[in-house]
Amino acid sequence: MSITRDEVAHLARLSRLDLGDDELERFAGQLDVIISAVAKVQEVAAAGIPPTTHAVAVTNVFREDVLYPCLSADSALAQAPASEEGFFKVPRILAED
Amino acid sequence: MNTASELTRWTAAEMAAAVAAGEVSAVELTTAHLERIARTDVQVRAFLHVARDSALAAASAVDAKRASGQPLGSLAGVPLALKDVFTTADMPTTCGSRILAGWQPPYDATIVNRLRSADVVILGKTNMDEFAMGSSTENSAFGPSHNPWDLSRVPGGSSGGSAAAVAAYQAPLGIGTDTGGSIRQPAAVCGLVGVKPTYGGSSRYGLVAFASSLDTPGPLTRTVLDAALLHEAISGHDSCDSTSLDAPVPRVVAAAKNADVAGLRIGVVAELSGDGYASGVLTRFNDAVELLESLGAKVTEVSCPHFGYALPAYYLIAPSECSSNLARFDAMRYGLRIGDDGTASAEQVMSQTRAAGFGAEVKRRIMLGTYALSSGYYDAYYGKAQQVRTLIAGDFAAAFEQVDVLVSPTTPTTAFPIGERADNPMAMYLADLCTIPCNLAGNAALSVPCGLAPEDRLPVGLQIMAPVLADDRLYRVGAAVEGALDQRRGYRFLEDASGIDESDDATGEAGR
Amino acid sequence: MTAPPTSRPVPFDDAISSYEPVIGLETHVELGTTAKMFCGCPNQFGAEPNSAVCPVCLGLPGSLPVINKAAIEFTIRIGLALNWSLATWCRFARKNYFYPDMPKNFQISQSDEPLCTDGWLDVEAAGTVTRIGIERVHLEEDTGKSRHVGSSGRIHGADYSLVDYNRAGIPLVEVVTKPIPGTGALAPAVARAFVTELRDLMRALGVSDVRMEQGSLRCDVNTSIAPSGSAHWGKRTETKNVNSLRSVERAVRSEIERQAGVLVAGGRVVQETRHFHEDSGTTTSGRSKEEAQDYRYFPEPDLVPVAPSPQWVEQIRQALPELPAARRARLQSELGLSDRDMAALRNAGALDLVAETVAAGASPEQARNWWLTELSRRANEAGIELGSLHITPSQVARICALVESGELSNKLARQVLDGVLAGQGSPDQVVAARGLAVVTDTSVLAAAVEDAIAAYPDIAAKIRDGKVAAAGALVGAVMKATGGQADAATVSRLILERLASSS
Repeated sequence: MSITRDEVAHLARLSRLDLGDDELERFAGQLDVIISAVAKVQEVAAAGIPPTTHAVAVTNVFREDVLYPCLSADSALAQAPASEEGFFKVPRILAED
Repeated sequence: MNTASELTRWTAAEMAAAVAAGEVSAVELTTAHLERIARTDVQVRAFLHVARDSALAAASAVDAKRASGQPLGSLAGVPLALKDVFTTADMPTTCGSRILAGWQPPYDATIVNRLRSADVVILGKTNMDEFAMGSSTENSAFGPSHNPWDLSRVPGGSSGGSAAAVAAYQAPLGIGTDTGGSIRQPAAVCGLVGVKPTYGGSSRYGLVAFASSLDTPGPLTRTVLDAALLHEAISGHDSCDSTSLDAPVPRVVAAAKNADVAGLRIGVVAELSGDGYASGVLTRFNDAVELLESLGAKVTEVSCPHFGYALPAYYLIAPSECSSNLARFDAMRYGLRIGDDGTASAEQVMSQTRAAGFGAEVKRRIMLGTYALSSGYYDAYYGKAQQVRTLIAGDFAAAFEQVDVLVSPTTPTTAFPIGERADNPMAMYLADLCTIPCNLAGNAALSVPCGLAPEDRLPVGLQIMAPVLADDRLYRVGAAVEGALDQRRGYRFLEDASGIDESDDATGEAGR
Repeated sequence: MTAPPTSRPVPFDDAISSYEPVIGLETHVELGTTAKMFCGCPNQFGAEPNSAVCPVCLGLPGSLPVINKAAIEFTIRIGLALNWSLATWCRFARKNYFYPDMPKNFQISQSDEPLCTDGWLDVEAAGTVTRIGIERVHLEEDTGKSRHVGSSGRIHGADYSLVDYNRAGIPLVEVVTKPIPGTGALAPAVARAFVTELRDLMRALGVSDVRMEQGSLRCDVNTSIAPSGSAHWGKRTETKNVNSLRSVERAVRSEIERQAGVLVAGGRVVQETRHFHEDSGTTTSGRSKEEAQDYRYFPEPDLVPVAPSPQWVEQIRQALPELPAARRARLQSELGLSDRDMAALRNAGALDLVAETVAAGASPEQARNWWLTELSRRANEAGIELGSLHITPSQVARICALVESGELSNKLARQVLDGVLAGQGSPDQVVAARGLAVVTDTSVLAAAVEDAIAAYPDIAAKIRDGKVAAAGALVGAVMKATGGQADAATVSRLILERLASSS
């Protein structure tokens, strides 16, 4: 067994996914199969092989320190689920970070 | 005077030429396609949003431009179906997800700007697997699209809506995105040309990210030349995208017109065959290889020993990046918000919203990605997978020292029935077996129709792969295959489909 | 149970006699670039909410970051000033966690490949120089700001929050020190000295306006203690919400006292985040750091690596302004100051003021005297910093010049000072308005001298007899008659001359 139901429940919490028991059960089974399959990458002897992140390796892509037009506050807030006096209104925040 | 249905049968190149010559107006063209959509989309369900008014307005603008003698864009007046993963300031963008249902972005994707600059008429946004995760459109929150060849079957995915639209003659041009095969596989199962350009070839600014280091916009069309025209129209460096290539766009239109493969060295990838491949797919693939030989190409077998690790590596890298990319969908600034009853905390609202707003495949991949990036697991999973990419790039590099292009089937089977793989994630993932290596290494690949599988008379695609930045080779070989097959057949490939009856009758049977 | 409810803080001196502190500092500096870290929105403080945002810094779906070149340059400047040796290549990484003030729910930061590592900065506290090791300097984007609306105004018990993303995406440099052991009783002072020196450095480099009250310089303080002579370090706490230099010092002090109290009562110090309170000068428990958060760092796929060329770095090095330590050494030498004088000036925050006053023409002694005596007294009385006094160094230099030329006596000069501080204008304007110029017209003075001699014949007689010291009383009378504007020395001379020549 490559992953337990409890581990899946933990992953769901970390990912901010409020899953029901049935879902957890189902996903645990499916993720177990998938993780076993993807673990195949560990068979590869890759000592000393650098990772690839981009097809064409490039460095130093910058923008100049100049201004570019912003969105209007109205436009930024237009699609907000809730707003108040120019702010995004969000539910109470529990944990202090 | 062309009838509406005749107009929709033209290629994009033919339409562009006709508009430029004044033989047909852009409004006429757009109207014909809007009518085609109205009469067929109940069955095909390619579109999530048809932008009737803005399309007609854009078409009028093209006509006015032409009338006043101003220079027209390369594809002026040609209608296009746009995958709903690109932000459009004048149309909703849902990414096939409930969490973004009705979202109206405040900005256009760079690709959208470039299309508008080319005077293309965007007809609307097409259906897709949710956040580009899937190979069938069955993961769309709004229901699957249907394959015009056989409406009971999938059109492939995740760009299945665009593919279905083009194959149903609702538009001659489609734009999709390819992260693990999501342009090429739909192209193959819908009998179209689909291209994944070299990664970075066109801008990702405004492309809602699934896997940032893999996502690539590209064309879906009925002919190789049309794909080349669209490829050039959307490609080029964008200063808003740090990963976009600062290099000249490969001359793909010229290559598409030069369909000569004499002397070209072609490698058949040994590892992309065998168990799991439908016999009809292999038959047609082998026929295509023989055809290329008969056209003067030199064909050899090439081994890419690490390709067997491509699928597992992909299903680590893509979920890892997407678990991070999709974290922003948290009900705070846009999109769905559920559970905000005045007492619930932000965390609770986030969790409830995401659980309700995301589908099963998205949730699976988010959790898989969170797992693979976790402290203690990173090296063995994500870290290892990124090393596999280097090995695969190495396989390609070695191969391309011996040959100019590589070929394989695009996908192991023809279009499967809707529902057949919906409950089996691993089975669904296998559709990407052949396409994934190029996403991992970032080099270019194209799928061109190479016939119908004898057992089910459904389309089979030939995949052509080229080195990084050598996209033009794809078009040269693709055009050669297309031309030879069209000649042999006597008509264009897609005319074998035409299964959609424009009447209200929804039976739509494939074949002549 | 780790902290018995009965534990009480141990007074600092007692705590230090039994325990050795180890401190560490994580300082965030907002860079003063024109635009934000990854987009073209303005980098400014105090704008209308959500008026300086765009798809990129709002993290809208489809948006992509592009690195602001100036932010890299500023960070290289900082690294060079902190004596960093060249890092040839670095990368940005995603730090993943959910919080409503973070538009993407990840922060683009740097993880194991920062721009600078392994530097140092010397700081001085109470005459001792400590070399502070710098673990790393990295770049990241700032978050938005949330304001809590509800019953208590603090996060717990709030009904909802209002979020402003103007600050999201502003470039932030994080300077992390290596642990700093061996400071003993000076730990609070060293912590404060480090932040002060860092602040002065940033200002001198021109990379930030470093205003703690505006949040462009933020500081978290790590504190741990262990019994004296112990081989191991204790569990450390991280104290946040330290918003001024004074708070840095108080926070370290308070934590040492609190942790000593816990240990003395037989408990264990919990590794946690604590929140500093300005009013009480103490800390309260926040999030437990024992549940260390896994940020699932991975290289940012939307960005490419940064590899500053040796030529570019050299260009930046050549253009570095004079750094604070070098400047102080130069000023000390130019102003001819002893170490004690230097220390006094620095403590009073008067070094720059004195230097500018000298630059405006005063002598070092004059400048030093005025700032450290009269002006310091007035600043203390008003409860403000020296630099906040309503007088400029060039005005002080002018006053010095007027005294030097004899137009003002020291006493008159103090009155002119009062006038300038009270907002009555420049020194010359005050002199003119109040008619404060020293009276040097000898005819005017002679008349006053005559009057004084006539008024005090007995004293005059004594002076004639040779008791020169008695002249003081007559001088006083003349001063009174002239409203204090006579030059005392001149008056005294006139009196003696007059009496010597008379019969």
